[in-house]
Amino acid sequence: MKQSFFTVRENTCIAKNVYRITLTGDTSGITAPGQFVNIKLQGLYLRRPISVCDLCGDELTLVYKVVGEGTALMCRLVPGEKLDLLTGLGNGYNLDKAGDCPLLIGGGAGVPPLYLAAKKLVALGKKVSVVIGFNTADEVFYEDEFKALGCDVTVTTADGSLGVKGFVTDALPSGFTYFYTCGPEPMLKAVYRSTSVSGQFSFEERMGCGFGACMGCTCRTVTGSKRICREGPVLEKEEILW
Amino acid sequence: MVRTNVNLCGIKLDNPVIPASGTFGFGYEFAELYDINMLGTFSFKGTTREERFGNPTPRIAECPGGMLNSVGLQNPGVDRVIEEELPKLSKVFRKPVMANVSGFSLEDYVYTCERLNNADQIGWLEVNISCPNVHGGGMAFGTSASSAAEVTRAVKAVTKKPVIVKLSPNVTDIVSIAKACEDAGADGLSLINTVLGMRIDIRKRKPVLANTTGGYSGPGIFPIALGMVYRVAKAVSIPVIGMGGISKAEDVIEMMLAGATAVEVGAANLTDPFACKKIIEDLPRAMDEYGIEDLSGITKGAING
Repeated sequence: MKQSFFTVRENTCIAKNVYRITLTGDTSGITAPGQFVNIKLQGLYLRRPISVCDLCGDELTLVYKVVGEGTALMCRLVPGEKLDLLTGLGNGYNLDKAGDCPLLIGGGAGVPPLYLAAKKLVALGKKVSVVIGFNTADEVFYEDEFKALGCDVTVTTADGSLGVKGFVTDALPSGFTYFYTCGPEPMLKAVYRSTSVSGQFSFEERMGCGFGACMGCTCRTVTGSKRICREGPVLEKEEILW
Repeated sequence: MVRTNVNLCGIKLDNPVIPASGTFGFGYEFAELYDINMLGTFSFKGTTREERFGNPTPRIAECPGGMLNSVGLQNPGVDRVIEEELPKLSKVFRKPVMANVSGFSLEDYVYTCERLNNADQIGWLEVNISCPNVHGGGMAFGTSASSAAEVTRAVKAVTKKPVIVKLSPNVTDIVSIAKACEDAGADGLSLINTVLGMRIDIRKRKPVLANTTGGYSGPGIFPIALGMVYRVAKAVSIPVIGMGGISKAEDVIEMMLAGATAVEVGAANLTDPFACKKIIEDLPRAMDEYGIEDLSGITKGAING
């Protein structure tokens, strides 16, 4: 973990209630896709944890959905503003287990961390498939970005306004060797039930500190108590207790 | 650092800054970030007789001037603390550490304190009779003068280490409880634990915390803490550790003027992992600014008579 200041370069709306913010600063603390940063926002006491979407040199990209007080403040940040970030938090996805044809499964605000995972997997020479699900067409984001990486992309919407009508589990391809997923808990449960191969799940929980000190985000697993912020947010399929 | 030395129940601290129990784990997370030997000491994660998972999540909520927590004493249990945590801690922390102990019965407190009494690394026992997040124990012992005294007496009988009793602000008269602990043999007092509070998600019309209520900490409780430390320090002659919302060097000075011998810093560690380091490094500057030569000399400085 590192604490440092980042400068806002860009903060734009890319889909309904979804924003992409790019920041520049010391990104050396970030060591794996699926990790998160914890952001100090003016006017709030607790930091807000947001997963890393992309990383390129000193440029950090976060994609977030406005759902509460913290993200409402974030979407009003303008270029030039300085932000106090804790970076390199959480374990992140372990890409060593991917096999040759990994599948990435994302739902809504859970899609962003899969982008950096896809980028790294493509760089490792993997044949990467992506299934991303949203409620409606106006909420869809990053379809083109995943395609630009060379991934085979399927989009689902619950109302059928774009791509396959239904949920991500209605559009899972066959033949994948392993999977990485992030999304709302009902989706994660459905993915858990619908898959026969192994994979890794990224979880969300309210956090106090984000670095393992307060025990605010602990969950039970097959191998004992784990802190979502420290031993997570990524858990292996075999250790999950729903 | 002589100017910042204080004496806490017969043990010298390089400075009065002590990370509070529950905000500093067993120190390792912070030892990765800076040399934690610069701290006065720290109070480790509240330890109970048996392992505890704690309360269901969400356990954390934002609120004006701070946060709520309902962690509920998650800890590995005293045996694993002695066998695993303390040996690990000895590699990164050379000073006497403060052991924070909680229980659900008088026997629990006695058992856990007796077990910890033999650990050389431990300088003080901070006996928590004020956790608002567990039922049938914790705060129940700290809300009456007679049960607070009973725990104090029982624990004192099984340990040679200084016993510091951690008090709850969620009582009608903290002064009478403080005096009862002093009369029962407490070597020191620490206050305040978190203030009982709650948030409701107005969209879901449900409490934010799975445990319904939690403990409020952060700068918002600083004046509450200061007022209680002042009243308690005026009434007792044993050392008082002041805590509640301390976030900067000036807060340390203010809390000591109110009567504290040392201070604990809690929630600030969670929003800024370097909070205690920054406070300690800033103390000499703040002391100069307010004309303080020797920090230990200002304790009770604002108490009349």
